[in-house]
Amino acid sequence: MTIDMLNQAIQGALIGGLYALFAVGLSLSLGVIRFINIAHGDLIVLASFLLMSLSGLLGLSPFVVALFMLPLAFAAGYWLQRLLLQRVVGESVLPVILVTFGLSIMIQNGLLQAYGPDTHKLHGGQIEVASVHMFGLFDIGFFPLAVFFTAIVVIAALDILLYRTSIGARIRAVADDPAAADLIGLSSGRMYAIAMGVVGMTVMLAASCMSVWTNFDPAIGPSRLLTAFEAVVLGGLGSLWGTLVGGMVLGIAQNLGAQMDASWQILAQHLIFLLVLVLRPRGLFPKA
Amino acid sequence: MTGRNQFMTGLAITRFALVAIILALAAGPWLFDLNQQTLLTEFFTLLVLALMWNLLAGYADIITVGQHAFVGVGAYAFYGLAVLADVDIFLAIPMAALTTLLVAIPTMAIIFRLRTAYLAVGTWVAAEVMMLIAGKLPGFGGGSGTSLPIPVVKAFGATLSGRVSTFYAMSFALALLAFGTTWIFLRSRVGLGLTAMRDNEEAAGAAGVDLVMTRIVCFLWTAPFLGLAGVLVTLQKLRVAPSASFSITDWTIYIIFIVVIGGIGSLEGPVIGTILFFLLRGYLAAYGTWYLIILGAVSIGVILAEPRGIWGACRRWGIPDLAPASHGPKP
Repeated sequence: MTIDMLNQAIQGALIGGLYALFAVGLSLSLGVIRFINIAHGDLIVLASFLLMSLSGLLGLSPFVVALFMLPLAFAAGYWLQRLLLQRVVGESVLPVILVTFGLSIMIQNGLLQAYGPDTHKLHGGQIEVASVHMFGLFDIGFFPLAVFFTAIVVIAALDILLYRTSIGARIRAVADDPAAADLIGLSSGRMYAIAMGVVGMTVMLAASCMSVWTNFDPAIGPSRLLTAFEAVVLGGLGSLWGTLVGGMVLGIAQNLGAQMDASWQILAQHLIFLLVLVLRPRGLFPKA
Repeated sequence: MTGRNQFMTGLAITRFALVAIILALAAGPWLFDLNQQTLLTEFFTLLVLALMWNLLAGYADIITVGQHAFVGVGAYAFYGLAVLADVDIFLAIPMAALTTLLVAIPTMAIIFRLRTAYLAVGTWVAAEVMMLIAGKLPGFGGGSGTSLPIPVVKAFGATLSGRVSTFYAMSFALALLAFGTTWIFLRSRVGLGLTAMRDNEEAAGAAGVDLVMTRIVCFLWTAPFLGLAGVLVTLQKLRVAPSASFSITDWTIYIIFIVVIGGIGSLEGPVIGTILFFLLRGYLAAYGTWYLIILGAVSIGVILAEPRGIWGACRRWGIPDLAPASHGPKP
């Protein structure tokens, strides 16, 4: 029984890697541009459907397609910010929330119109069934491990980008004080757009992992947004590594909840989030 | 001066016409057939929801994406009281409103730890939790919900036409109450602070408006109204179910579109938005998903072109508020 629970907890912690991939993009847009993208989950679902169509068309693995799509995802994020979101970014958060909310509804219903309400899942090939036997006790799927590893690599890369490169320094300067950054000749609009481009790339990576791991349909975007949001808040606002821990906490809560009763899976996830919010409003690893 | 006099006459005529429309609506059960009454019942219910969302998002800077939570709580509280606890239905209705208020207090205590952008999604999480819990409550039919028993339905009128008229009168009364009391509320001391917050939050705080207290009062103000709307929804659908009573599409998404298009931060906006919503729905409902795509596109267009919606544009053209929440200079 305890071995079983431990096994579930480990599997849950690995799902945390997937949730961290959902969350890093949201964390970046919250931290840098200070807005919440209500359509974040729907963009992941949109990317998943694109991967499905393209990998079907080209006969390639979704992972390969996703890698080729990364530049396009950057461009999509960049221009989404430049053409639409930049017009409503400002003192008040209301217009941005409402615009991304409208976008969310358009994506959901556009996908419903284009692909119908059915659920889909992509095939990742051999990697999906391979597993590693650990400590003579559990079988750990190779794919969950790979996703977890991807999450670590993505977070490390973002960390380096933000804190070790000059473009990262510029992005952080704009994030700290857009007016002052504009004064010294940094274009806040351009920095925001670059940040959203990076968000777009994380969305594409998250989509490739999600579409192979779980079922998806046009309506699941919001639940992905909520998971990403909870991972961001749990981890501590602005902390990229925190999102990984936040994701793991959510994954473990889900799996242990599901142990009690399948219907408790999502409720357990939300309840643990609210509990931490009550006990530690600034998250587990608050930044400064 | 004559121009101004003509203008004031025009305003007086408009207001007179509005009072006449309200009086006609009050006589609705004698003027309209059953289908029209049913449609108007739905109209009044959505109007109440729009007024409440506008009060929070347009004035108190509480942008909620989880408004459907309290609609559902009201619905479930009414069912629990009237059916499971066998409370007299006309006592169960105010008690359902009270229950919604009681649920709103701890909810607020938790999610108000989040601010602005975070609070918006926080309200959504709270709504998800309440919907999932509602599906687990014993006696409420689980995830698929349950119908109102016939004796409870018949208590609102022995015949179908009698019930339709009762529900019409109840929803009209609620809409009038919601509009009237919110108007008075906005003209009160707290409301003055709210209007100041709407225009410039920092300045309002500096001028002595207690921002936290004002937000708390606003959030709790809306809860019983949302709960009562939930009771009306239950009576229209004759059943409670987690997905229908806590419907994000019906009680939050449509409402946000209504207020954004009509005009956020005014009392006229939600009314205009709700009227437009019903007109559009008449033409576009047949297109299903396209309807929502168009609503999404229109609302994005409105925010880009005129963030204060249709009524904001009217104000810009110099049309004075028909229900002004501000106090003019004393003559």
